[in-house]
Amino acid sequence: MEQVLSYIGENMEMVYFLLLAILLGVEVISNVPAILHTPLMSGANAIHGVVVVGAIIVMLQASPDNYLALSVGFLAVLVGTLNVIGGFVVTDRMLEMFKKKPKKS
Amino acid sequence: MSLNILEICYLIASLTFILGLKMLSNPDSARKGNLIAAAGMLIAIIATITLYQDYDSGKLINYGLIFLGLIIGTVIGTIMAKKVQMTSMPQMVSFFNGMGGACAALIAIIEFQHHQHSTVTGFDGELLVMLLGLLIGSVSFSGSIIAYGKLEGKIQDKVLPMNQVINMVMLGTIVVLIIYQMVSGSDPLLFYVLLGIALIYGVLFVMPIGGADMPVVISLLNSFTGMAAAFGGFLYGNKAMLTGGILVGSAGTILTILMCKAMNRSLTNVLLGAFGSAAPGGAKSASGDQSVREISISDTAVLLSYSQSVVIVPGYGLAVAQAQHICHELEKLLEEKGVEVNYAIHPVAGRMPGHMNVLLAEADVPYERMQEMEEINSKFANTDVVVVIGANDVVNPAAKNDPSSPIYGMPILEVDQAKNVIILKRGMAAGYAGIENELFFYPKTRMLFGDAKATLQKLTAEVKEV
Repeated sequence: MEQVLSYIGENMEMVYFLLLAILLGVEVISNVPAILHTPLMSGANAIHGVVVVGAIIVMLQASPDNYLALSVGFLAVLVGTLNVIGGFVVTDRMLEMFKKKPKKS
Repeated sequence: MSLNILEICYLIASLTFILGLKMLSNPDSARKGNLIAAAGMLIAIIATITLYQDYDSGKLINYGLIFLGLIIGTVIGTIMAKKVQMTSMPQMVSFFNGMGGACAALIAIIEFQHHQHSTVTGFDGELLVMLLGLLIGSVSFSGSIIAYGKLEGKIQDKVLPMNQVINMVMLGTIVVLIIYQMVSGSDPLLFYVLLGIALIYGVLFVMPIGGADMPVVISLLNSFTGMAAAFGGFLYGNKAMLTGGILVGSAGTILTILMCKAMNRSLTNVLLGAFGSAAPGGAKSASGDQSVREISISDTAVLLSYSQSVVIVPGYGLAVAQAQHICHELEKLLEEKGVEVNYAIHPVAGRMPGHMNVLLAEADVPYERMQEMEEINSKFANTDVVVVIGANDVVNPAAKNDPSSPIYGMPILEVDQAKNVIILKRGMAAGYAGIENELFFYPKTRMLFGDAKATLQKLTAEVKEV
């Protein structure tokens, strides 16, 4: 228990960060009109693609002769990129359709 | 020096994520918001590649593979996202979400390899973070792929006997194994056993949930992946990953709750699939002697053409039949005849909240014509004809009148206030909730049976003639 507490203590900055970011997430989207739920979900989907940064870090840390790490890391970068690019492009396509409306009227 | 620049780049990326998400929640700025977040992502990725310093020198292969991965991912991702039909949007989101989950799980796997060599005594927080990233990432991956398959129609709904019990047992096993792993120290075998269980759990978790509940599940899995990404960020002390991950984690959770609320169901109810599995057959009572009245297509055409105001209620069935374009054509025809046509959008219409708006927008239906539930409900009393296309539970008056009904309390579109109601439906099957809809038996209700798209096509042709 003491060790758990000390681990939390060591990472206090992160814990604060975590809590504030959670509240921010709730706050930022709590007033969304239902109309935008799908694009918002899709946009959020693209944003968590930031995990690809972790994959890149893994790759940069791996030693060049560790083929297992390199291949798994490569796969991670690949799927992470899919998440980011696919997510943003799909969201843009959805929103593009909404954009037309105000111009017309 | 370069490390500080890297941190600043992450700060900028984090800000763009927050700003992007904020702007995404407003129709006018949404598109810009998406682009801003994308720009932030680009900054984070480029900064990581160029500025991140670990053990440098002689890592040409690594850089080569990173760029190869980025390029292949970009090409495939762009093609997939560009080619997908608007109606298939939910499964596309689910697929990309699964990819993110896989990425988080793979990171945890490699980090575990490194971690094994370290000797931590006592509470090993890093291991816990890794395990959580691994588990949530892989549940999100396998779950999303199943959700994708189900929405694509490649995987059928299948409920194992005692599915819920099995799920509970698996969840319990996972918790126990995590605790054991934490106490006994990192054990590779156990690590991979956990990975396996998590993958299977993801499958079994999504498998019994019905098609109409998929959006809730996708949204939940979306927030899972966000959390998994955040755990990765925690591992590396990477602020961009943390902000992005947690934001999505919490925003996704709120979104999931909003969706559940709109259906007047609790999240547990959705997840345990109590509703879905009880659906077929049940609750068909008290309607045996009632009969519905049908209406012909030509009568419908006349009725619509001579109305002052018509409200179209599009539902899941319209989305499935891909009838949004023909629906818009009908609307335009009626407009030319001087009929006021509006769309009433229930918060959970379609496959995801807001999905119906996207579909209608794709068919060029003007933004102002799509009215949300609160707005339109007060207008039904002055509406001549309501056309319900492939929707059922969202217009069921039992939600207001019948306290014993499972959907009692769910906000509905009060179409029973209108002068005439026409229901376009494939047949008399009960809606998703598996309950009878008394609206069908009201004197002012007329049924128009058939496939939504085919019927609307015929109807449009008839209206032209009138």
